[in-house]
Amino acid sequence: MNPRAPVLQVRDLAVHFRVDTGSLFRHDYRVVRAVDNVSFDVHSAETLGVVGESGCGKSTLARAILGLVSAQGGSILWQGEDLVGLSEEALRLKRREIQLIFQDPSGSLDPRMTVGEIVAEPLKVFYPSMSRLQIRERVAGMMKMVGLSAEQINRYPHEFSGGQCQRIGIARALVVNPRLVVCDEPVSALDVSIQAQIVNLLKDLQKKLRLSLIFIAHDLSVVRHVSDRVLVMYLGRIMEVADRDSVYYHARHPYTRALIESVPIPDPVKERQRARRSLEGDIPSPLNPPSGCVFRTRCPYAIDACADRVPALETLEDGSQVACIRHEELAEQWKREADTDPTATETSS
Amino acid sequence: MALLEVRNLTVSFDTPDGTVHAVNGLSFDLDPGETLGLVGESGSGKTQTALAIMGLLAQNGRVSGSVVFRGQELLGMSPGELSRVRGSKISMIFQDPDSSLNPYLSIGDQLIEVLTHHRALRRREARARAIEMLGRVRLSDPEQRMRQYPHELSGGMCQRVMIAMALLCQPDLLIADEPTTALDVTVQSQINSLMGELSEKSSTAILLITHDLGVVAGLAHRVLVMYAGQEMEMAPVDDLFADPRHPYTEGLLNSVPRLDQVRSGILNAIPGNPPSLLELPTGCPFAGRCLYAWEQCRQLPEFEKIDEDRFKRCHLDALPTKRESA
Repeated sequence: MNPRAPVLQVRDLAVHFRVDTGSLFRHDYRVVRAVDNVSFDVHSAETLGVVGESGCGKSTLARAILGLVSAQGGSILWQGEDLVGLSEEALRLKRREIQLIFQDPSGSLDPRMTVGEIVAEPLKVFYPSMSRLQIRERVAGMMKMVGLSAEQINRYPHEFSGGQCQRIGIARALVVNPRLVVCDEPVSALDVSIQAQIVNLLKDLQKKLRLSLIFIAHDLSVVRHVSDRVLVMYLGRIMEVADRDSVYYHARHPYTRALIESVPIPDPVKERQRARRSLEGDIPSPLNPPSGCVFRTRCPYAIDACADRVPALETLEDGSQVACIRHEELAEQWKREADTDPTATETSS
Repeated sequence: MALLEVRNLTVSFDTPDGTVHAVNGLSFDLDPGETLGLVGESGSGKTQTALAIMGLLAQNGRVSGSVVFRGQELLGMSPGELSRVRGSKISMIFQDPDSSLNPYLSIGDQLIEVLTHHRALRRREARARAIEMLGRVRLSDPEQRMRQYPHELSGGMCQRVMIAMALLCQPDLLIADEPTTALDVTVQSQINSLMGELSEKSSTAILLITHDLGVVAGLAHRVLVMYAGQEMEMAPVDDLFADPRHPYTEGLLNSVPRLDQVRSGILNAIPGNPPSLLELPTGCPFAGRCLYAWEQCRQLPEFEKIDEDRFKRCHLDALPTKRESA
């Protein structure tokens, strides 16, 4: 197989949920398009960062890739094979290759199992013929790899701190040698000093094991640090996909720009100089998204045409993609602004 | 004179597993109009400090030391006296805006109650004041919001209502416990600008509790870094970020990935985990994770003045390394 070929190709993926809006006497429902028309690739040994605010569909996207929610449309090609419409059993076998790391480190571990049992469980499921000794060795090796000692194998999750629990979660995901690991907010529940340990561990393991990662987070600073490419979502749709440096230096979508400008920087001098243009208002209800471009109600650059139709995700010369009908003129406008107002370039200097 | 003087504050909790030592001898001052950032990781005692000041500790909490607010000792005050100060002279906003509001009362009723209770205003006057305040925190359609219930508002809107409620009586001190942690970044940025504006325009002092160094950098005048219920370092905000003097502060600043910098390769994580609050080490609580710990660290260093307005609790005279980026 061509090593440059993407391991995962998601095309026009749609995940819709029915939400009951009826009353006791009346059946009625509406459809939430949690993920709509989403297409992207993940390459071998690459980290794709997925960012967006609550309700943007990033967790639903993760669950759809793992087959934990079913897609209403589109395809998820895993090494050429479509996972959408696969039987439960066939999908279950695929999960040896695609694993998940959860947000809540202790909540995702069974409190009545020892750490050894937790890490061994995927092996028992996917390799039923493995002997107990082999399992024991593999688990001990994995524990060591994630920075836990083999003596801790008989302890229970409550005896570990949040950071250690996340290490156990990582060991459980990696013990079956997956090719792709979907990390859903893996460090957002952790304190900064511990967060750095886990980020380092993930990066290190990715390099050693040549893993592909989908790293979902709301924290742009962390995403910038771990990702090769970044995908920005808003209300179930992709706004922009680009290499991490072009996302941060030359954001093309007004939403990406707003996100970057909103992140507080741990530097009081820079914080004071920053031109902060906060977005007005809140994220609209996903039950009732705006017509046309979903971001237009909060976009400082929206024009009448934005309401007319959903902007296509356009691929540009450098390979980045953006869904905004005004991206060309805006890029020029921002460039002019950056030339005349040095403080406005804070995000792009 | 300082608005708030906290001296040797300790908070502990009796639990089935033993005594949890949440705050261990904390002292600090807060001046009128000043914003002091209280920074630390989970379990560092920042929230318990706030709750102790407000007299809101859990049933099993024990508190000692002294909290003097405008010359008046708050610890040991009768509930009646305390409730005259609380909500009127000192108010607090909490991390989770939706669950801090009463789901059974309309926004208007909750705001009006504050004024009729503390200021003995008539309902009609109170209503006018409440609407004006909702406008000041830039909530759209204040009149309509007054009739709505918390579940009808988004998280960001609820937090604006909380801020409006906290400011209704023009308190001298506002305690903000992780006011934007539960919010999305774009909304967080709106609330932070609002807080910054309010602190500039009014003379309200703010005790800002947060784990987010970025938020502190944007809002605080001075910063107190806490660890295991003790002060590690206190300094004016610019000095702390440009020139941290305590190894823990340095470690924290180095471990956060920053949006404005590419940190090549690995992050400088602080190794290990915070100590258990059930069994605190006798010496410096950070020694177990400190890169520079030596024998002397088995004795607890004093929290001492090292410069104009700067304090630290560390045996080292200076940090052996300067931060990689100045």
